[in-house]
Amino acid sequence: MSTDKGTLLLQAEGLKLRFGGIIAADGINLSLYKGEHLAIIGPNGAGKTTFLNICTGYLKPDAGKVTLNGREITGRPPRSITRMGVARAFQIPQLFTGHTVLENMLLAASVRERHWGLLRNLMRIPERAEMEHLLDMVGCADVRDRLASELPEGKRKLVDIAVALALKPEVLLMDEPTSGVATADKFGVMETLMKALREAGVSSVFVEHDMEMVGLYATRVAVWAQGIIQMTGEPKTVLNDPDVIRNVIGSGEHA
Amino acid sequence: MSKGLIAAIVALIVLALVPVGAPSTVVFFTLCLAKSLAVLGILVLIRADQVSFGHAMYFAIGAYTAAYITAEFRNIDIMLVILAAAISSLIAGLLVGLFVTRYRGIFFGMINLAFSMVLYSGLEKAFHITGGSDGLRIRRPTLMGMEFKRAEFDLVIFYVTLAMVALCFWLVWRYLRSPLGQALGALKTNETRLEYLGLSARRVLLTGYVISAVLCGLGGVLLGTVQGLATPEHAFWSRSAELVFIAVLGGPGHVAGALSGTVIFEAVRTFAAAVLDDSWQLILGITLIVIILWAPGGLVELWKRVFLRKGKTGEEVQK
Repeated sequence: MSTDKGTLLLQAEGLKLRFGGIIAADGINLSLYKGEHLAIIGPNGAGKTTFLNICTGYLKPDAGKVTLNGREITGRPPRSITRMGVARAFQIPQLFTGHTVLENMLLAASVRERHWGLLRNLMRIPERAEMEHLLDMVGCADVRDRLASELPEGKRKLVDIAVALALKPEVLLMDEPTSGVATADKFGVMETLMKALREAGVSSVFVEHDMEMVGLYATRVAVWAQGIIQMTGEPKTVLNDPDVIRNVIGSGEHA
Repeated sequence: MSKGLIAAIVALIVLALVPVGAPSTVVFFTLCLAKSLAVLGILVLIRADQVSFGHAMYFAIGAYTAAYITAEFRNIDIMLVILAAAISSLIAGLLVGLFVTRYRGIFFGMINLAFSMVLYSGLEKAFHITGGSDGLRIRRPTLMGMEFKRAEFDLVIFYVTLAMVALCFWLVWRYLRSPLGQALGALKTNETRLEYLGLSARRVLLTGYVISAVLCGLGGVLLGTVQGLATPEHAFWSRSAELVFIAVLGGPGHVAGALSGTVIFEAVRTFAAAVLDDSWQLILGITLIVIILWAPGGLVELWKRVFLRKGKTGEEVQK
């Protein structure tokens, strides 16, 4: 599907989901085009993470659908959606804590390339050099042989994203990619990250609370509040909108 | 050559020389080797942090397969008996596995136990098919067309078992290093990420489960053939628990734990019982407590600490 904005990758249409009395999504329409880095902002508890959970199949919406490249993915399990090209990085990094950083990456590469030979050595798969390069790209080459459980929070976050990138996804969904990273390092980390995404040609959706980060790295911003998308547009326009400033940015949001 | 490989070759040579050096212990070692295969199966599942308290059912399936096939086909080759047991335990492991791999932890352990006890009762009650609590006789198979007398056969089955152990331990060692084998450990620490890599955690566990079932089946067919008997006792829950006990004793962190654990376990049981009745439970119980408290990596870890002068690795094993 092509429009003036380019190729449509991921599209949510009329998503509705409520948890008991709380309405997380009340008719969400949101699209991601190829090459975009879409930031989702909004008050805490607005349902931003729920959106990522629906897009990856972790939650099923009450109504509406999500399509990837025109194919409906609603109702499929996470592993199936992942295989179709939607990778996810988590707010709390999800790593194999008993394995080293490199082994985490090699496992991801093995799934991608379907290395299911029972006598094959994980450490000798042909993608090893590629994975080492990827770790280098996100600035984690120094912790390659450390156990994932031993990493400082910031590094864990990066490795989590590197694992998602190892799957060579079309779309990467990130939940506050730099939360947990020391404030002084945040921008450096995000810079590295976005560079890695651009190099790999991966489009992304990221939930973010830091408006400075959104202003610097998003190509488009969507404002999520009261279960609907209040506004989408260029960071400059959206972040300067008086309503958005009053309701989202000034609503006690900590950066 | 790595130290591990040298240790494996030395162990193989020493074991191969048992009939020469200590002919009276041949049957004892055959039983140990056969049982260590089943323990190896338990060890595979422990990699995924899952403990089955019902794997003796595959042990029984292996033994009963041998009983049926040797009754049906007189003088059948032992290799065919082993193959048949491998196939029957594989099919059983797949069928039961499809069901039990939905569960984790205590439920996984208990559902396996339930399946094994159903099989146990079935074997006891279906007298006309299974011979009831007396079990079925396993006739002595042949090897490459040769028939053997009792004493000769003890030697034959010893070397056949040793060969199976060498082959299976090598294969499992390779499997545990492979992406699917490593995914067992990944399942233990983060099932969510496994799914988000695009891999079904259930499939990972099912692969490990079927492999462990086949290993127990092989242990059962070999042990049954040595004893010449398949009985419902082979499927009894205390048998399953014993396999888990030995796996923890030997150390789940390395395939060598399965073999060293079994040899120590059987040696204490056989020789301590000769000195003082029922003292073996006491000795093994205390040994296990000591292992869990001070060497959670099991005998393998003690071995490493003493002989290879490696640091404490128990913490790594536990992770």
